[in-house]
Amino acid sequence: MSTIRVLVGTKKGAFILTADGTRRDWKISGPHFAGWEMYHLKGSPVDPNRIYASQTSGWFGQIIQRSDDGGKTWNTPGSSPEDLSGPGGFPKGESNKFVYDGEVGKHLWYDGTQHPWEFKRIWHIEPSLTDPDTAYAGAEDAAIFKTTDGGKTWQELSGLRKTKSHLWQPGAGGMGVHTILLDPKNEKRIFIAISAGGCFRTDDGGKTWKPITKGLKSPYELPDPDAEVGHCVHRIALHPSKPDVLFMQKHWDVMRSDNAGDQWNEVSGDLPSDFGFPIDIHAHEPETIYVVPITSDSLHYPPDGKLRVYRSKTGGGDWEPLTKGLPQKDCYVNVLRDAMAVDSLDQCGIYFGTTGGQVYCSPDGGNSWNAMAEHLPAVYSVEVQTLK
Amino acid sequence: MIRVVLPFHLRNLARVDGEVELEVAAPVTIGKILDALEENFPVLQGTMRDHGTLKRRAFIRFFICKEDWSLESPDKLLPEEILNGIEPFLVVGAMAGG
Repeated sequence: MSTIRVLVGTKKGAFILTADGTRRDWKISGPHFAGWEMYHLKGSPVDPNRIYASQTSGWFGQIIQRSDDGGKTWNTPGSSPEDLSGPGGFPKGESNKFVYDGEVGKHLWYDGTQHPWEFKRIWHIEPSLTDPDTAYAGAEDAAIFKTTDGGKTWQELSGLRKTKSHLWQPGAGGMGVHTILLDPKNEKRIFIAISAGGCFRTDDGGKTWKPITKGLKSPYELPDPDAEVGHCVHRIALHPSKPDVLFMQKHWDVMRSDNAGDQWNEVSGDLPSDFGFPIDIHAHEPETIYVVPITSDSLHYPPDGKLRVYRSKTGGGDWEPLTKGLPQKDCYVNVLRDAMAVDSLDQCGIYFGTTGGQVYCSPDGGNSWNAMAEHLPAVYSVEVQTLK
Repeated sequence: MIRVVLPFHLRNLARVDGEVELEVAAPVTIGKILDALEENFPVLQGTMRDHGTLKRRAFIRFFICKEDWSLESPDKLLPEEILNGIEPFLVVGAMAGG
């Protein structure tokens, strides 16, 4: 029987939850890196036991951790016993060295002035679809970095910041690259999203990027609602079988593109609120998508105190609430942008974590939900691995 | 021998218990102690001072003989009590929260 491994990043450490394919009894290990903010953990699709983790602290900065045994043990890349004893000699301690390429440059600041780029942390790590030693890291202040040596060293793909970045600005949570989507049918194509820079695509492996924001409208956030950059994109998602179809949860609005982001159309339909953070897609049904409506940009909790996932089986437009097993009164948690994921079992499992420390699993595509953990620190990210 | 006390999270990162003892050649300064720390524990690079600029991270403090030396020059000579190990060199995470 398959095993499901769920990687949970929280405000106070990382947790790894495992269960068999029934997804009923969950074993929790952790906290790993107790006391640190764990923004994101993600396993390599090529080697699932290779897991990258972003460990960060306002005091001590950024650390990159890597496990090669499915999360049992961890090392900062370049400092494992094998590295220390190998022909390469002593580690250089550069696995957390994220240095912007060239002139640092400036971006729009809260007060309308230009503000220099300052590295703060890694929000998201996206391992390569083909090489376990290659991964991409989304940074705050917004930039994308790449490693090809398993995380020992990182280099910026600086073409991204040449894309009208002087007009990017931080949202309330900072200005970070939070989504990195790798096109499984075109290794040169990558999509990224930034709060609040917008959405961008490269078709040459990261050398050059272009904004893909046509159709987005942000009348309450930007003086020009149709601006090319600056939109507060909260999350984008693609299904590997149809990588030209993108779904987006924007600050306000749920959007869809059928041409790799060249044009977006709103599919908020009958949602109770089209404000929210995560968006994800059923593993086997590319037109079945999930969002978690949040009341508003001023009220970051579910409408009416009812935690409801909404599912559309039509690629947007028509939505149904999924409530069975979720709290339907007095619930005032949020679900952050990186805190939803799916497994790939025949009956697709949907997972999400809340700022109240609950992690929920639906083993039946959203029809019913069970709490896998209820008292963790605020959940920043959830990733799921389906292990044979 | 220089005695160094690291904060909890940096001890965990460096995988050490208790104090760290370092040989640091004269003249001993904060900068040279940090150099020695990072050489012995590369994982600490970037955690107390920034890569490249070597500027102290904003929420890191250096306490010496019951005084806060965080704003002192990293090249300032340290007192005898540090050099002969009577007093430890303290790396401290700045007070925050409430």
